[in-house]
Amino acid sequence: MAKHTLSVLVEDKPGVLARISALFSRRGFNIESLAVGPTEHEEISRMTIVVNVDSSPLEQVTKQLNKLVEVIKIVELDPTASVTRELILVKVGATAENRSQVLDIVQLFRAKVIDVAGDAITMQVVGNADKINDFLRVLEPFGIRELVQSGMVAIGRGSRSISERGKPVAVPVPPAANA
Amino acid sequence: MTEQQGSGETITGAQSLVRSLEAAGVTDIFGIPGGAILPAYDPLMDSSIRHILVRHEQGAGHAAQGYASASGRVGVCMATSGPGATNLVTPLADAHMDSVPMVAITGQVGASLIGTDAFQEADIRGITMPITKHNFLVTDPAEIPTKIAEAFHIASTGRPGPVLVDVTKSALQSNTSFHWPSEISLPGYRPVTRPHAKQIREAARLILESRRPVLYVGGGTIRSGASKELAALAELTGIPVVTTLMARGAFPDSHPQHLGMPGMHGTVAAVAALQKSDLLISLGARFDDRVTGNLDSFAPDAKVIHADIDPAEIGKNRYADVPIVGDVREVLVDLITTLRTEEQAGNTGDYEAWVAFCAGVKKKYPLGYDKPADGGLAPQYVIERLGAISGPNTIYTAGVGQHQMWAAHFVGYERPNTWINSGGLGTMGFAVPGAMGAKVAMPDQTVWAVDGDGCFQMTNQELATCAINDIPIKVAIINNESLGMVRQWQTLFYNSRYSNTDLHSKRIPDFVKLADAYGCVGLACESPDDVDATIQKAMEINDVPVVVDFRVHRDAMVWPMVAAGTSNDDIKYARDLAPQFDEDDL
Repeated sequence: MAKHTLSVLVEDKPGVLARISALFSRRGFNIESLAVGPTEHEEISRMTIVVNVDSSPLEQVTKQLNKLVEVIKIVELDPTASVTRELILVKVGATAENRSQVLDIVQLFRAKVIDVAGDAITMQVVGNADKINDFLRVLEPFGIRELVQSGMVAIGRGSRSISERGKPVAVPVPPAANA
Repeated sequence: MTEQQGSGETITGAQSLVRSLEAAGVTDIFGIPGGAILPAYDPLMDSSIRHILVRHEQGAGHAAQGYASASGRVGVCMATSGPGATNLVTPLADAHMDSVPMVAITGQVGASLIGTDAFQEADIRGITMPITKHNFLVTDPAEIPTKIAEAFHIASTGRPGPVLVDVTKSALQSNTSFHWPSEISLPGYRPVTRPHAKQIREAARLILESRRPVLYVGGGTIRSGASKELAALAELTGIPVVTTLMARGAFPDSHPQHLGMPGMHGTVAAVAALQKSDLLISLGARFDDRVTGNLDSFAPDAKVIHADIDPAEIGKNRYADVPIVGDVREVLVDLITTLRTEEQAGNTGDYEAWVAFCAGVKKKYPLGYDKPADGGLAPQYVIERLGAISGPNTIYTAGVGQHQMWAAHFVGYERPNTWINSGGLGTMGFAVPGAMGAKVAMPDQTVWAVDGDGCFQMTNQELATCAINDIPIKVAIINNESLGMVRQWQTLFYNSRYSNTDLHSKRIPDFVKLADAYGCVGLACESPDDVDATIQKAMEINDVPVVVDFRVHRDAMVWPMVAAGTSNDDIKYARDLAPQFDEDDL
């Protein structure tokens, strides 16, 4: 099994997230990470879905996803030609004695302190999965009190955009029977 | 939406819904009113649309399926919110499995009540997401015409399927104006129907190179209306044909190249042809487990050309050497053109030994059955006579189980859309409402529901609908007083321990009286000598529905059979009897 990152362009309509997550579960696939947000086109949302599957079931799930009427386009991002990012917010214990050690780590990882309390520091870090894991490993000894993590987002390198598209094709409807 | 047609006058959402259905070409709807859909039923009274009031929403759904399968037009059913809508779940799932073009309209509680657990509230859009091709929730009355237009477009194009449109009561009651769209825009829905020329050339090459090809014909061939083209390709090449349960009628049973139905209860010839083949030409079939048996040992030496309008079917269960995405009819037209050109250049396939082998197996292992030793009635005989007397212009529907398999084998189909059953989902109770829908769509054709006594008791309330609305269907109950197929498995795999399969239906209910109570004619038959006369009598009654209780021998079994999960190579022609193939003939 290998990790695959799918960028899925969908119509921004109610229920579309439910449709996609239900499809994964019905076909027996686990979603490792999912992030949804708006795009440069008003009516289109983009989902970044990370799945852990072999390539043949991946082809099947991609085809099934493509059958959903509200799914416009699916692109599997090549890990060597794309950039991936996740964001975490993490709260660790930090007293007057060891606060400077924590701040060193913040510096090292180009993280950011977003809140300080008497006995705790809350930080934000952005990066790919490896960087985030390293950051958490280093913080471990200080005692992680709370951790929240975004899904992964990903974008292809270079000048092309996956959401470039032609005009949507309009389909003629049979004339009104009583018109 | 660009141009629009419509009056622009102020009307209610309910009126807009009915006008939209008229504009979509709907002439018949099967349904039941109730609270949330009630506003729509008022303008329906003044509409040109015939609404047939059924007795259970499941009946409405299966009737819409039967209507669509018999005619190729989109079947329409209507129900209220909550239980009305959930009663449509089985037919929707059934239509989804068998690719039946169908639109279900359901009422929903008022928009402000959604999510409050209101009376008769059910999230039918959420519930039916995995069992519809698409579904909509409409809360804005202005959207009604567009959503209806989209629903009919999606249901009837590409791989057909069911679409549900859930409309809130508040949308039905609000004022709006009616504009029927002349165009719709569905950026994520672009079914490919034209096959790729390169794939066609590649397929033609494999066909000419192969020595043991089989045309493996599935239900997609029926849905695309490709029977003529299939016959042309078969006759051009001489390649043997098998038709799956969903494709019975796509190719005439009387045709010498036809080896019958493959699969778990397929003919020995059809199963053997697939197993020994070196090239499967799959046309709108989906390598269902009931056809392939154990997938790893299915057609082990065969390359596969897989033509289907749904790309997700290609390679799903079996690797395709030549995948062709497209409408089966267009694929066949292109294949015929390419193969004709090859033929003119002197390239034809050499299938002589293979055709002889298949014909030999077909001759050696024909379909057959044992006559009961006690002189009782063989179910297969009843169905065989029904097919012979009523003929190939009749539409036959079936429930699910032994009678379905016998009906698939013994009727004898010559035309597409004359065999309508629940193939994928296997819904017991499909036959009676399915026949009702078929008869409404094709009133000039005789419609026989071949049903089991178990199935019949699941949906026979629609006989009232048929009797009252002048829908004179005919029902042949193959009454073996048990859940016959389950009983057969108990005989074979559970040491004849018949746990909960005895229905006592030769005693209760009295089907003749039941038919009579429903305003139908009830007949009974328990001797082989009376079969023809009883069928003739039923054929003569055309003003009311007829129900015939054929009281058959209860221990008859469906043969041939491939036990579940085993290899097709282990097919049994009859109990403990494996066919012997002369491999040297190949």
